[in-house]
Amino acid sequence: MNEYGFSFAGSHLAALPSGALYWPEEKLLCVSDLHLGKSERMARRGGPILPPYEARETLAKLADDIQTTAPKTVICLGDSFDDLAAMRALEDEARTQILALMAGRRWIWIEGNHDAGPVDLGGTHLDAVTIGPLTFRHIATKAGVAEISGHYHPKARVALRGRSLSRPCFLVDQARLILPAYGTYTGGLHSHTDVLCDLMGGDAKAILLTTPPLSIPMPR
Amino acid sequence: MIAFPPQIDAWFSSQGWSIHPHQSAMFEAAELPAVMLIAPTGGGKTMAGFLPTLAELANGEHTGLHTLYISPLKALAADIKRNLRRPVDEMGLPIRIEDRTGDTPQSRRKRQRADPPHILLTTPESLALLTSYEDAARTFKGLKRVIVDEIHALAESKRGDQLLLALSRLDALAPGLKRIGLSATVEDPPALANLLARQPEPCKILLADPGPDPDIAMLETSEQPPWSGGGGKYAIPAILNEVQKHKTTLIFHNTRAQAEIFFHNLWLANEDSLPIGIHHGALAREQRERVEAAMVAGKLRAIVCTGSLDLGIDWGDVDLVIQVGAPKNVKRLVQRIGRANHRYNAPSKALLVPANRFEVVECVAALDAVKARDLDGEPRGDGPLDVLCQHILIRAAAGPFQAEILFEEIRSVGAYAGLSRDTFEACLDFVATGGYALKAYDQWQRLVQRPDGQWQLRDPRGAQRVRMNIGTIIDSDKLKVQLKHSRGGRPLGEVEEGFAATLTQGDTFLIGGRIVKYQGLREMVVEVTREQGRKPRVAVFSGTKFSTSTQLSDRILRMFRQDSWPNLPQHTSDWLALHRHVSKLPERDRLLVETFPHDGLQHCCAYGFAGKNAQQTLGLLLTQRMETLGYHPLGFVSTDYATLIWGLDQVDDPAPLFVRENLTETLEGWLAGNAVMKRTFKNAAVVAGLIDRNMPGGKRRSGRQATFSTDILYDTLRKYDPDHLMLKITRQEAMRGLVDFGRIEALLDRIDGRIDHVALDRVTPLAAPLFLEVGKVPVFGSAEEKLIEQERDALMSAAGLE
Repeated sequence: MNEYGFSFAGSHLAALPSGALYWPEEKLLCVSDLHLGKSERMARRGGPILPPYEARETLAKLADDIQTTAPKTVICLGDSFDDLAAMRALEDEARTQILALMAGRRWIWIEGNHDAGPVDLGGTHLDAVTIGPLTFRHIATKAGVAEISGHYHPKARVALRGRSLSRPCFLVDQARLILPAYGTYTGGLHSHTDVLCDLMGGDAKAILLTTPPLSIPMPR
Repeated sequence: MIAFPPQIDAWFSSQGWSIHPHQSAMFEAAELPAVMLIAPTGGGKTMAGFLPTLAELANGEHTGLHTLYISPLKALAADIKRNLRRPVDEMGLPIRIEDRTGDTPQSRRKRQRADPPHILLTTPESLALLTSYEDAARTFKGLKRVIVDEIHALAESKRGDQLLLALSRLDALAPGLKRIGLSATVEDPPALANLLARQPEPCKILLADPGPDPDIAMLETSEQPPWSGGGGKYAIPAILNEVQKHKTTLIFHNTRAQAEIFFHNLWLANEDSLPIGIHHGALAREQRERVEAAMVAGKLRAIVCTGSLDLGIDWGDVDLVIQVGAPKNVKRLVQRIGRANHRYNAPSKALLVPANRFEVVECVAALDAVKARDLDGEPRGDGPLDVLCQHILIRAAAGPFQAEILFEEIRSVGAYAGLSRDTFEACLDFVATGGYALKAYDQWQRLVQRPDGQWQLRDPRGAQRVRMNIGTIIDSDKLKVQLKHSRGGRPLGEVEEGFAATLTQGDTFLIGGRIVKYQGLREMVVEVTREQGRKPRVAVFSGTKFSTSTQLSDRILRMFRQDSWPNLPQHTSDWLALHRHVSKLPERDRLLVETFPHDGLQHCCAYGFAGKNAQQTLGLLLTQRMETLGYHPLGFVSTDYATLIWGLDQVDDPAPLFVRENLTETLEGWLAGNAVMKRTFKNAAVVAGLIDRNMPGGKRRSGRQATFSTDILYDTLRKYDPDHLMLKITRQEAMRGLVDFGRIEALLDRIDGRIDHVALDRVTPLAAPLFLEVGKVPVFGSAEEKLIEQERDALMSAAGLE
């Protein structure tokens, strides 16, 4: 499989080119910031009317990853829906697709800043969850240890032979791992912005979403 | 002849001036619905345009807006205000004149809508904004005339399309509105007149005396021009010598980067410390204004500049224009030459400086064309649909509308006269619902239809969003450059984000003619410090790169047919003669293809003379076919006249490479995933209103995790909605813009299969300079992934990994 394996807080993890994280030992797949319904929310607020295909694109990607890894547990690390109204407005097709993915496995929805509160899909709804040595929550905490989070949509820019490439990425240091946004209509925050530089330790690496993912020192 | 009002007559006599024939002709044509005046710079063109207005306002009876004046530049509007104020005051006319641009304070803009002046001077964008307000009908009530200045410049871009759409609105708000167009010399006055006129009404064309022929020549230098490259560094001593001999010299360059390098080198050679400035569109406004002020005050002996000085602001006493690098386009050259000497009926003086050996040929061809008054231009084609979509949005912001009526208004614009109802409906549907195959957002449509059939914004607050995103000029992603630690951070200019990303601390680059050292990026501002002496890199600017025009290319090919070239410098005619001896010279109706080995690789050179963009596209098409045919191409490079391809295997028969069949399919397939398309899509998406460039509250679409790349939208549409309107617009735009497929088709039509293949054992004289060209394109499929693949090991070891 086109993955990048690395060790974090004593566990062996794999970064997938899609932006998902896989933990083989626990058969656990983790994705963050799906932002389903983002285009609906933008239109609702009088903003641009974007192509309404982002939910099926994001869910198709997730279906692929689930098929490849066959996880027992899936964690959606918050901001799975762009807001609660967006979740309710989700087309039936997408809803059915989600239910099919959830069938037969443990599914944990972590609350995000966009979709806090109860969700009328099944699964477990949690603020944060700790499995083995690892804690999963939406937004990284300053004091966090062995903490896996999302929220920031990190991306990194590298200059190659006068060309500049910008890719979504995982950020990882001794204490925390931040996942890239998994959703189709999601932008990113550059690793060199202050908030990410402050959060991440000096030895942090960025794992770029190429095929397979590529680890470089985090650009600051 | 009609009599002028006494005040105007008296004023002209008091100045000791006689009214020019074209000025009185304009006055006589005052009652026609549309008139276009074509006059050289300095011919009193603007005054001619305003004479009917001044006469009509002389009695002081008109209330409200009478005349709207539109120019492509804010600075020009301000300049005209000054130049008009003086005669109006001296004539003692009771006329209120104001300008209105993006720089006008909010309070005055608001007041101008409620209580407009007699004469309002503005730009196409500000006018479009004015028409978007609910009170537009009141603002424009009683409007009699509209004057479009420098219409030749506007007509070449989407700004002109937007302007003429706005005029179609004004026609509806102020019936009987008369249009006046003022233009520099153009190749096809009827085509321009047709753009200006309200269809199907006629437009009278007035041609002023073009004045004496310009005094124009190629600059003689003791040094020979180099074999390739641009910039004209070799000519700097000769150019400084000319600057010494004249009062004020404008030194034009084709690109901003070349202007920067030249300015830098000029200063190194400027031993007498002549006051010389630089002016181009990527410099900060403060920097430009300082140069402009110094110029008006007569403090500068020379200004190194680009197209940013092309338009007719009166900068004072310019008595020499120098064009460095081939002019690419005769019309633009003539308009630039006109910048020297603003006195009517005095010849303008200009010098051409070819930057390399081939440009010597092009410069001589251009000189011949100027003498023969043979101008060039490419037909523009139908009005672009992204601008039309924006127009529909602007119309909706102003209030409810009937689709039929709007459709008829739009069809009164020349560029949209052939618009079909279906296409209009598709644009309306796109604006209203997004126009997606999957019907979504029913309750969140942008426009909704009322029970009486009229369309209106679903949410009236959307009008503000529309207004904030008016305009057709797209800034590529640029970052401001500022001096670090200087108070308030003095702005120097802008560089492209992509260029900024390649900088590491300590790198030096040129901007505004000075060398600066990159210190870091802070809140999307590039911070630099001054730096002396180190050899700098050159910032990448997104200034337009023009292709040599079809007409000029044809002249060059005609010149190749001569038996000898007494009109060319000896070094250049020897070069052409040698090429004819070892190979043959390219001909207009045939395609010369040379193949030869060099440096261990097989080369294939196609002399298409189709202009840089088309030759570039040709390179991509040919290498793709060569890949399929097993010639293993490795890369190519293109100029305005040829494409040179290198690879592992010799092309034994070039004919199959140029077969017409499947060419468009190859192109479309290649294009779809190409960066050119994505950039084109982004621009069209912003203009058409698919995405916002500005958000209420002044938030910009950059650096926030909430915004995302338009590439994602492009890919999503291609996958799920391949027939969507935005993709159609993108294809159309790319075909006539950067891809320039039209000229490849014209080339193939022209040669009609007549290919001359010359196989040689070594590189030929005409092909040799191509080896020195920059901008070589390596051939690989998915460029970025491949690049990462190649660099992976280096990156990994740099990162301290295996």
